[in-house]
Amino acid sequence: MTDLERRQDRAPVPAGWEYAPAPESRDIVTLEERYGLFIGGEFVDPRSGEYFPTLNPGTEEQLAEVAQAGPEDVDLAVGAAREAYDNGWSSISPAERAKYLFRIARILQERSREFAVLESMNGGKPIRESRDVDLPLAAAHFFYYAGWADKLEYAFPNRRPRSIGVAGQIIPWNFPLLMLAWKIAPALAAGNTVVLKPAETTPLTALLFTDVVRQAELPPGVVNIITGDGRAGAELVKHEGVDKIAFTGSTEVGKAIQRELAGTGKKLTLELGGKAANIVFDDAALDQAVEGIVNGIYFNQGHVCCAGSRLLVQESIYEPLIAKLKRRLTTLRLGDPLDKNTDIGAINSKQQLDKITELVAAGEEEGAEIYQPPCRLPEKGYWFAPTVFTNVAQSYRIAQEEIFGPVLSVLTFRTPDEAVEKANNTAYGLSAGVWTEKGSRILSMAQKLRAGVIWANTFNRFDPTSPFGGFKESGFGREGGLHGLEPYLDLGESEVRGG
Amino acid sequence: MSRLPVRKTYKLFIGGDFPRSESGRTYEAQGQNVARGSRKDARDAVRAARAGFGKWAGMTAYNRGQVLYRIAEMMEARTAEFAELCSGRAEVEESIDRWVWYAGWADKYAQVIGSSNPVAAPYFNFTFPEPTGVVAIVAPDEPSLGGLVSRIAPVIVGGNAAVVLASETAPLAAIELSEALATADLPGGVVNILTGYRSEMAPWLAGHMDVNAIDLGGADGDAPELERLAADNVKRVVRGRIGEQSPYEIAAFLELKTVWHPIGV
Repeated sequence: MTDLERRQDRAPVPAGWEYAPAPESRDIVTLEERYGLFIGGEFVDPRSGEYFPTLNPGTEEQLAEVAQAGPEDVDLAVGAAREAYDNGWSSISPAERAKYLFRIARILQERSREFAVLESMNGGKPIRESRDVDLPLAAAHFFYYAGWADKLEYAFPNRRPRSIGVAGQIIPWNFPLLMLAWKIAPALAAGNTVVLKPAETTPLTALLFTDVVRQAELPPGVVNIITGDGRAGAELVKHEGVDKIAFTGSTEVGKAIQRELAGTGKKLTLELGGKAANIVFDDAALDQAVEGIVNGIYFNQGHVCCAGSRLLVQESIYEPLIAKLKRRLTTLRLGDPLDKNTDIGAINSKQQLDKITELVAAGEEEGAEIYQPPCRLPEKGYWFAPTVFTNVAQSYRIAQEEIFGPVLSVLTFRTPDEAVEKANNTAYGLSAGVWTEKGSRILSMAQKLRAGVIWANTFNRFDPTSPFGGFKESGFGREGGLHGLEPYLDLGESEVRGG
Repeated sequence: MSRLPVRKTYKLFIGGDFPRSESGRTYEAQGQNVARGSRKDARDAVRAARAGFGKWAGMTAYNRGQVLYRIAEMMEARTAEFAELCSGRAEVEESIDRWVWYAGWADKYAQVIGSSNPVAAPYFNFTFPEPTGVVAIVAPDEPSLGGLVSRIAPVIVGGNAAVVLASETAPLAAIELSEALATADLPGGVVNILTGYRSEMAPWLAGHMDVNAIDLGGADGDAPELERLAADNVKRVVRGRIGEQSPYEIAAFLELKTVWHPIGV
């Protein structure tokens, strides 16, 4: 470090600065007290008769009651999707299908603030993220796949792709509306109908999306939304009327789904867990790397399957980098998800908070050194301070298991080969980050890292045109881009013999 | 006086070598004593495949294409021998042509399958295919040569290493093929061929934690159980089409990797 850098690193941090509250108004959102299941174009009471509360994780207040879909309800939803598929959706002109999807994209853009506020209320993520990341990307995803609907024959040379039928889609709680868009947009563009189950803790933006479906005048039954816990998802997976399952969630549940579908011939795509390495070489632009590390692990409270949860630092820059990182952590603002200044919102659920707490305790017990910036946690709600572990061995649970929280484990390396070996030393393979100013090294690392997405001198970037998905136990199949169409199509036979 | 011919000992093909089964067992098939591989042999083959994978995947596409083409050359020279071990000359010629067809794909599939992606931000973003790793192949009983070649070629042209369970009823063509492979400049371990009872080895390959994908093109009643076992490490399960040659058969054993980099000055 130069003298100047050293002085700056010792400069007092403005931890005492008070920010005036800047809350986004929640008046824009109107909630029902109780929601049924969206089947065949209308809300119906669940045959199960069961409801459960859905909360604001930042305040623990109940926002609404939602239905727990039972086996009979799942059957009705799949039936509605099948009827819509057989009686119209699979036979309307692809150009018309495209226009429905363009409509959905536009309506999401028009109502984006409403959705963003609701997303932050139900999921706990900072409004800055739901407003600037989740919503624009969700709308863009529909806009992108809309255009594919009448161009499918250009996507797969020598094939005439056809739709599959009814897609069962199960999504997680970390990006509720965005994951809905990732699932529904390509499925509909390919000519399928869907039954989608949002996560147990974050059903509200999916339920609000039914109003977009209404406004877009989508034929009844093309999109069906059923809510509930894992039992509803399990019913959907094993329903005989479903032709394809797309699941995003934990590796454990993904394996169970793969087992359940064995021998059925149903198409399956899995987007599962991760334990991404974010690798910083000694020639990296350190300040940019620090921003990338922070974005990599504290974005969305670390509730990100591709989060850069293992920081691999080249030994020669370990001390200055960690000093800069710790200083940067003191400037992160944790609190009200609806406050526009907030960097770190609420943990999504009590259950997730317990899991993070347990793994962090394991990290301390195993001998890692913990750092948390001074930071006041609100009294109500579920919160966890941004955390950095140093002195981490590869065998520690915090270096092996997906924490899915704002917890970074720091390891070091000396040579590029060692970095590759450590980065790949995991059953996962979803993403990785590389920070260096040397172009040839970026490309060499990009080749050697066994992961589906490599961010070089950046992290956690997403785009509808960019395929996303994992190697190894992070799942199979891609979402996004031309490649994201394939899971929703039957490519059939060769048009021309010999290929 | 007629000369007494010298017979061949039919062995396994693992890591470029021709070992007997570690179990010391054989079974009779097509009138010959053939090695009856064990689960230990299957595990050894996976280890050999993992070792061969790095070298093979690291070779240039041009190089891999030439090796596949040389496999066709080596088979052509043995056409008569192969014809006696399968349904006949037509099956042999089709199999040789299939190697040639896939050899030509080695340096082309990445251009057909990959993409550059116009993201809505100042980033350079591209997607390219990479081999998934070690692939277990359950080859069909019939056609014993054509089925085998149809499934091995798309797996290895993409840079994967394979552990193959040969036809249980007609394994001799597979053994003949391993002798052609051994002289085709294919690095040891890239293709490993096991003969024996499928029920004794397939479940161990399906559940093996260092196998990345499994091709069940030749499985029948045991397929659901093998698929269930494959879930233990989220294997890619492929139902390879025996008679088909297509770049989509290659793609089934490839992972797509997407790389982002900022654009700036």
